[in-house]
Amino acid sequence: MPEGTGIGASVKRKEDFRFLTGRGTYTDDINRPGQTYAYILRSPHAAADIVKIDTSKAAKAPGVVAILTGADYDKGGLPAGWQIHSKDGSPMIEPPHFPLCKDKVRHVGDQVALVVAETYAQARDAAELIDVTYKETTPVVSVADADKPGQPQVWPEAKNNVCYDWHIGDKAATDAAFAKAAHVTKIDLVNQRLIPNAMEPRAAVGDFDRATGEFTLYTTSQNPHVIRLLMGAFVLQIPESKLRVVAPDVGGGFGSKIFHYAEEALVTWAAGKVERPVKWTAERSESFLTDAHGRDHASHAELAMDKDGKFLGLRVATKANMGAYLSTFAPCVPTYLYATLLAGVYSTPAIYAEVKALFTNTAVVDAYRGAGRPEATYLLERLVEKAARETGIDRVEIRRKNFIPTNAFPYQTPVALQYDSGDYFATLDMALKMADWAGFEKRRADSKAKGKLRGIGISTYIEACGIAPSAVVGSLGARAGLYESGSIRVHPTGSVTVFTGTHSHGQGHETTFAQLVSEGLGIPIENVEVSHGDTNKIPFGMGTYGSRSLAVGGSALVKAMDKIIAKAKRIAAHLMEASVADIEFKDGKFTVVGTDKVKTIGEIALTAYVPHNYPITELEPGLEETAFYDPLNFTYPGGCHICEVEIDPDTGQTTILKFTAVDDIGRVINPMIVEGQVHGGVAQGIGQALLEAAAYDNESGQLLTGSYMDYAMPRADDVPNIAVANHVTLCTHNPLGAKGVGEVGAIGLPPAVINAVLDALRPVGVEDITMPATPYKVWSAMQSASKKAAE
Amino acid sequence: MPTVSMTVNGKAVTGEVEGRTLLVHFLRDKLHLTGTHVGCDTAQCGACTVHVNGKAVKSCNMLALQADGAQVTTIEGLAQNGSLHPMQEAFRDNHGLQCGFCTPGMVMAAVALVQDAPGLSEEEIRHGLEGNICRCTGYHNIVKAVKAGAQAMGGK
Repeated sequence: MPEGTGIGASVKRKEDFRFLTGRGTYTDDINRPGQTYAYILRSPHAAADIVKIDTSKAAKAPGVVAILTGADYDKGGLPAGWQIHSKDGSPMIEPPHFPLCKDKVRHVGDQVALVVAETYAQARDAAELIDVTYKETTPVVSVADADKPGQPQVWPEAKNNVCYDWHIGDKAATDAAFAKAAHVTKIDLVNQRLIPNAMEPRAAVGDFDRATGEFTLYTTSQNPHVIRLLMGAFVLQIPESKLRVVAPDVGGGFGSKIFHYAEEALVTWAAGKVERPVKWTAERSESFLTDAHGRDHASHAELAMDKDGKFLGLRVATKANMGAYLSTFAPCVPTYLYATLLAGVYSTPAIYAEVKALFTNTAVVDAYRGAGRPEATYLLERLVEKAARETGIDRVEIRRKNFIPTNAFPYQTPVALQYDSGDYFATLDMALKMADWAGFEKRRADSKAKGKLRGIGISTYIEACGIAPSAVVGSLGARAGLYESGSIRVHPTGSVTVFTGTHSHGQGHETTFAQLVSEGLGIPIENVEVSHGDTNKIPFGMGTYGSRSLAVGGSALVKAMDKIIAKAKRIAAHLMEASVADIEFKDGKFTVVGTDKVKTIGEIALTAYVPHNYPITELEPGLEETAFYDPLNFTYPGGCHICEVEIDPDTGQTTILKFTAVDDIGRVINPMIVEGQVHGGVAQGIGQALLEAAAYDNESGQLLTGSYMDYAMPRADDVPNIAVANHVTLCTHNPLGAKGVGEVGAIGLPPAVINAVLDALRPVGVEDITMPATPYKVWSAMQSASKKAAE
Repeated sequence: MPTVSMTVNGKAVTGEVEGRTLLVHFLRDKLHLTGTHVGCDTAQCGACTVHVNGKAVKSCNMLALQADGAQVTTIEGLAQNGSLHPMQEAFRDNHGLQCGFCTPGMVMAAVALVQDAPGLSEEEIRHGLEGNICRCTGYHNIVKAVKAGAQAMGGK
């Protein structure tokens, strides 16, 4: 490991001191002078007509400043950022999504009234006095049933609750592949709904300056510029020049804080109405009910193989739950972030996938760590595992046999993507060795001798991240570009402020980007500060999601540094009376080739701001540059995850004994931070595989898992130690060679765990299990298998 | 409104509170000690953990009035004379935090855990931290940090 603070060094994080001493500033820590507090009265029903809202009693309650309902709301609805077209060419159904419900409520937790009061307790008390008359209707809840005829309709314009019915791939070629198959493996899978559960609940403070007409929103967001754009242009019609959005320290996001939420618009709108700051902070139960949820797919898949187990074709049909409305990125998750990944790491020549997105009377579903790619990986890796069992081909061999060859890159898949680099054989071999795959059968026998069932499972995965080339996503329906901006300001005395359009909510950008710039400009890391999260400071930004910050935002910084160095060389040439072509830059020093003349970057910076001796007719003073970087392609991290479990047959309890992750994430700047990202993703993957599920009552549409007493978050004793290694192949199309690491754990892991659980249970006759594989589910599956065997 | 008095981070404080005011809201809203966080409202996540009379307590699960006369230490009071407490130092050295939101509660819980029982095994640490949820780190580095912090505290 390199010493020091440059690229490749595990530098301790610059941001840690404030977090460890309680000096972080999260949105709920912000209080504005004259601040009021908002409480949102929410729907107790999954589906109902609002007959009447009587606020007369509440309006007289102590401390009440304003009570606002859907009837008062005269601004726009929350927009969807992506438009998908159905097979027949028709655009997706895009129902209105007002921040306050006007005539109907469509899920439990839907916003019915906003109470603004002097204190939070007063707002909450007053909300209890609002009398809402509802006429309940029957909700539709399950995604598997939502499009069946006769189901209740969430939106009249979405017949059979279909938002879109989309497809990708070559149907005829896939049908032909199946026609000549020696064997077809079929599987039905549910990728259960999850609740992201960042530990910081969402919060928003709206502020309005009567003197200037400017609005400020402090919010728990992964992308403040995107919120400014969406809320300013589409919802409240405030020009960017009059709207500042600040996302200060944010306590985790995992996707759930990408989207523009109703509460952000409500506090900003209300602040303008009452001409005082308005603060709203979610209670955890509100987070459960109204944060965008993740996953929730029901799929059928079929894999056609020749007699040697070579994959010929793949057919997939998926129903994806959108919830009651379209959240910001929701339409693209089960399409361009899911179905385009169905080639996985395999050279399957023909693929055809159909995706039906459906409305239900549940919370919205959108991107959650991995977003589409975990669903694709889970489907493929469960299917490949089943294919191996059915054909009797070893499960490692069937993967090797079908991997995209290492010399085949760039590789065009049948589902739109072109992978730039990868070596799936290398990550597989490393993982097999680290996990001692060869020694497993002995360990299985040891467990058996103790009365335990042991299993090992594997998952070889790929993802597409570094989101994304604007022209490509534009052609696929994105309504925004997905570049990133970066600015570098070299101050007169040589310290540097880095402005990035990405946002750090745990990823450690203040350290990683400082390492990058410190090495690039030869400036000590303690003199480099990274600024993010404020639309008044940062030129522009698309934010942090899709493992894009280093690959896209870091590349923008590299481009900005190139501009700084190019300008500094011209100043150095002037000072040292040499030609620009003869100036070399290394380790913070500008030298004239073949001489001992030298100027440090500090001297150049001072000259740039004190231009007494300066090429003033050719060059502007100052040393600050901005670059926008639009990637040429997605990046494609991939790798191999192996999980070893032991199951107690008496209780059904699964214990993960060892977890091995070998990932190819491209260039690593800070290995300590990278490992931490993998650990976190793995824990969320374990959560999905063994613990977590968002459960709604199918009759009433009530959320049954609405607190940490009902929703099983992974705790310290649920997660094993994690063995992490990297095998790097560089991304070929960005200047850093970076691919991205934020999501790999959550993507690669769940099928490895479930394949391990099924490997352990197969000797006792269990062939299938759904996530989460809770002790009760495992125990029940074992009981029914033994009953069946006895019959 | 009733008055409550207590010692917070070594300083005597007095304030008026409603009977229903929770200790965490007294600390955050009246004393502006915003390092103590509210993560769940149901005493499940531990982000609000502080020390009350030397014991780790979830301050969302206690009325401010119940802390009348108590010695309270929050994350802001842990570092002494500008240098980090050994447990804080250990969290930094072992990358035991990412977004930082659960961190104050996690550190306060960890200090109390190892104070009460030094020399804990990894399994005991994992069990002892069950009342604190972290969504970022996967706990791997938190467990390492608590081990290292315990060692640095020397069983104090």
